This record gives sequence, structure tokens and C-alpha cells, in this order.
Amino acid sequence: MVAADLDGPYEPGVRRADLGLQVHWCVLPFRVLLVLTSHRGIQMYESNGYTMVYWHALDSGDASPVQAVFARGIAASGHFICVGTWSGRVLVFDIPAKGPNIVLSEELAGHQMPITDIATEPAQGQDCVADMVTADDSGLLCVWRSGPEFTLLTRIPGFGVPCPSVQLWQGIIAAGYGNGQVHLYEATTGNLHVQINAHARAICALDLASEVGKLLSAGEDTFVHIWKLSRSPESGYIEAAPLL
Amino acid sequence: MSVRTLPLLFLNLGGEMLYILDQRLRAQNIPGDKARKDEWTEVDRKRVLNDIISTMFNRKFMEELFKPQELYSKKALRTVYERLAHASIMKLNQASMDKLYDLMTMAFKYQVLLCPRPKDVLLVTFNHLDTIKGFIRDSPTILQQVDEAFQQLTEIYGGLSAGEFQLIRQTLLIFFQDLHIRVSMFLKDKVQNNNGRFVLPVSGPVPWGTEVPGLIRMFNNKGEEVKRIEFKHGGNYVPAPKEGSFELYGDRVLKLGTNMYSVNRPVETHMSGSSKNLASRTQESIAPNPLAKEELNFLARLMGRMEIKKPSGPEPGFRLNLFTTDEEEEQAALTRPEELSYEVINIQATQDQQRSEELARIMGEFEIMEQPSLSTSKGDDLLAMMDEL
Repeated sequence: MVAADLDGPYEPGVRRADLGLQVHWCVLPFRVLLVLTSHRGIQMYESNGYTMVYWHALDSGDASPVQAVFARGIAASGHFICVGTWSGRVLVFDIPAKGPNIVLSEELAGHQMPITDIATEPAQGQDCVADMVTADDSGLLCVWRSGPEFTLLTRIPGFGVPCPSVQLWQGIIAAGYGNGQVHLYEATTGNLHVQINAHARAICALDLASEVGKLLSAGEDTFVHIWKLSRSPESGYIEAAPLL
Repeated sequence: MSVRTLPLLFLNLGGEMLYILDQRLRAQNIPGDKARKDEWTEVDRKRVLNDIISTMFNRKFMEELFKPQELYSKKALRTVYERLAHASIMKLNQASMDKLYDLMTMAFKYQVLLCPRPKDVLLVTFNHLDTIKGFIRDSPTILQQVDEAFQQLTEIYGGLSAGEFQLIRQTLLIFFQDLHIRVSMFLKDKVQNNNGRFVLPVSGPVPWGTEVPGLIRMFNNKGEEVKRIEFKHGGNYVPAPKEGSFELYGDRVLKLGTNMYSVNRPVETHMSGSSKNLASRTQESIAPNPLAKEELNFLARLMGRMEIKKPSGPEPGFRLNLFTTDEEEEQAALTRPEELSYEVINIQATQDQQRSEELARIMGEFEIMEQPSLSTSKGDDLLAMMDEL
């Protein structure tokens, strides 16, 4: 478990971090890396938590003085680690099986607003399957297929509200929005199939138990809900039922 | 973090400060003809509020305030309010100033936490400005200044996206993190618990743009609804009646940020008990912070724009006590927990060679009514210490 703290006396073994940080364990085929994002850049550590293997400084080149510069949204996809940025660009890092020879292989353009979250799931084996979703402050979702070059498959427009959290499971995109709604989309078509008026305030986070298909949503209204995701046996359309 | 947060923080905290001072001055009000030389009258109260408000909304100061910048620390920001509170004939002892700042910060923390939408912090700001305009309705020049600040707010914040307001909200909440001073009025109204945490209501109107929770709708490929499920949400919410107005005049709908103080409700803060769980609280690092000098630079620049009017002729400073008796005030000063003490930062512009002469002159004017005892020895040497780093 990793907990991150801003203030506090300096102690070796305790990572000092900047404001606006995120922490994520990235599970790759041959290794696990710890990735930290902040308003300065992206740090990657070995799974022991203190051997830094990579540092990427954020390029604030075309940011105006009023724009906050930061990295936000971390996910592992195959042997890639994807990190979102304030500009909407998604950085794709190619991670070798071991060692520090990490390379920025691609910058994905699909978003104009700051990235909020990225979700991935292992490719299901077929050709055209989506295995990554990126979300931003405008609520726009971009659906990608990973590879030596990432391909943009679909765009799902927002509706004026940020999408702070997104999950991907068996071709179902679960998105939590700032107006308290959870939407479920079909990843291949981008169609909306389920709309849940789930919370009375912004949704902070979604989490998914992939083996049982249960989705958890947490909101600023102090509530936590659990939903059972499924597909209708007749139509194959996505369905959801409240569990908690 | 957002670099557009300071104006909102400053104006709302300033508004709370004015509400509290107004209430205390009214409570100590003596009819003009019966007042002794050292007692407050209605005329004095109006004058203090006028002086503070006109200093707060001074055009040059507002210009500096609205520049994109990081937030100051709580301690650094307190210096600005201490100067502001002394912009008139009124004086506050350290204990009263501490209590004032505690009340101000807890009140605005409450308002930010309870904002239904992140954007509603703007409505809270407008509520403060509306009430401030009520305090100075007889002074057209100051009214004009406040209206100009209003226009600046609309220009800068009117077009921000929901995502940017969410970032502003997070920046503000980080500023208020770990502040859990108990306020008697909040405790009585049951909006704050005994451990200093605020109660988040789970009933009432949902934010504008949010649906009442409790419904799942399912659609086919053509977007037609094919199934719906209703569920019990756990809260007790109703639809939002209407959206608050962001115009110069209008019904804000939101009550957060309006004046909750009245003469008959003295507000106390409770220090004991808030020092529980010291180990789990984030301690302010005592190691020299390399960013402190930069923060002081920004702070000095901001305060350099604060034009304090020199009172004409020799006038005694009237002391305002935020406690009910002088003994209580002394006692509060002695028993204030260590981790909540604010070391006074005494900025002496002349020590730093880079300060402009203009700034040094303005800073010099601040010193008129200061007594040496107001600054601790730590504060005196702070800049010198930084220079030695």
C-alpha cells in the first residue's frame, strides 16, 4: 500500500511529493513499477519504492500563466505506461522488461482539456478490441486500441461536466461524472446504454471488481454505491442493478 | 494547483472578517452622547468598516491580488489580515487577532465544503460582496470600488469550466486541510461535530444540473429507453429550485456566505480538544522552507499595494476585544496550543536591497501604530535568517 503526503519532515524512505499528485502501481508483463505524477512531472520507481528508474519533466511550453500544469491519470497497457497531462495529451512510455531504459514512444492527441483519468483492460484477443479509455475535464471520452502505435477508435462527447473517473471491463466503459451520474457505454460503438442518477454530488472515484463485474462509485455526497454490471441475455445490451 | 484561487480566498475571508468585526462593534456599542472617550459608538463602527473596506478594495491592491499566483500559507495570509484589521482606528491584541482569524478561516472552510457545485464558490463570494455593499451603502466611492471588483470577478471566473472550478475547490480545501477548530455557533447548530469536523448534509436540494439520485435508465442501440429501475438512495434529496444569479444584482439562492452573525450570538472558539490526535495531524515542518522567501516576496509585494490612510491628527487607537472580558483575552493568549500559534512575520522592506524605494516608503507607513511588543523576536529575524540560508 502506498500513501502520499505533502508536508511532513523529510525522512529517507518517505517520498516527498508535490501538490496535485497521484500514485499508481503499474502491473506490466515482467515487472511492477510505482508511478507518481505531480505538477512538475512524472516519476517512476521500482516496486521497492525507492529506486527511481525514470523522470519525465512536464513541458509547460505553450501553457499560459493562468494555466495549471500537471500530469494526471496513470494506467498500464501491455508493456506501455500511459500518463495524462494538463494539455490533453496522453504520454505513452515504452517499458522494457527490466532496467531504466524507458522511452517516451508516443503522444496521443485526442483531448483538448486536461486529462482526468485513464482506464485499461487486457486485450481480449481479437483484432479490433478497445483496451484503453481516456477521460478529460470536459467529460469527453476517447476509446483506444493499444499497440506499437495507439489507434483512436471512438470519441464519446461530454456534456459540460468533468469526468473524474473511468473504468473499462469486458467492452463496457463505466464513466463517473461531476453531476453525480454514472454512464455505461458500449466500447465498440460508443453508444450509451445505462444512465444512473447515482449521487447528489460529484463522483470522486470508480472502482471495478473485474472477476464479479461489480462497480463501486464514491461521491462527494458521502455515499458509496455498488452496482452489478451485466448483459441482457436476449439483446446483449449492457444492464446495471443496484446492490448497495 | 490553480493559480486563480487567491482572489476568492482573500475576498471571502475578508467578508467574514467584516461580519465578525461588525458584530463585535455593535455588541460593544454605546450611544454617542453617553460614550466615554474609550468606548465604541455607532459613528466609530461605521468609520472602522469604511476604512477597512476601502483599503481592501483599493484599485492597486485588487490589481496585485488578481494576478495569477499560488496561494500563500495560512500563516503568511494572516499577516495581510492583521494589517487590514489595523487600517483604521481599531486595534486588536494578538489573542483577539488569533480568534478573529480562526473564526474567519473556519467559516469559509465550512462554506467551501458545503458548496453544492464547485462553481457555487463564486456565488458565496457574491454573497459576501452584496453584504459588504450594504455596510458602505452611504459611500458612493467605495461602492464603486466594490462594483469594480465584482466586474473583475465576473471577467475572470465567468468563463471558467467546471473542471477549472473543481481544481480551484481542491486548492482551497488543501489550504484548509487539518484545520479543526471548534466554533460554538457551528456546534450549537449541529453543523460541526465535537471533533471539529463539519457535518455534510444528505438532504435538501441537489446542485443545479444534478438529478435527484435513485433512478437507473437503460437504452437500446437507437437510444430508446427500454428499462428503468428505481432504488433507494439513502439520502433525502429534492430537485434544485432554481440557479443562483451571477449578475451584479440578483437572487443568489445559496445562503452560504451571507452574514450569520447577530448581536445576540457571541461566537466562541474552543481550543482544548482540538489538539487530540497530534500524531496524526500534519505538522508544519520546522526545517527552513526554501520557498518561504519567495512567498514573503510575493506577500510583501501584495502588502505594498495596500494603501493605509494615515489618520489626521493625533488619535488614540481604540482596542477591540473579541472576547467578553480582558481577563478572558489574556487567558486565551496564555493557553493557546503550540501548533495553532501564528508567529508574526514582520516584513521589513529596508532589509532587502532589492525592494524599491516606493515599496519601502509604503511599508514605512504601516509602522505608525505598531508597538515593538507586537512582533516576536522570531518574526524580526525571519528575513535575515532567510538571507543567511
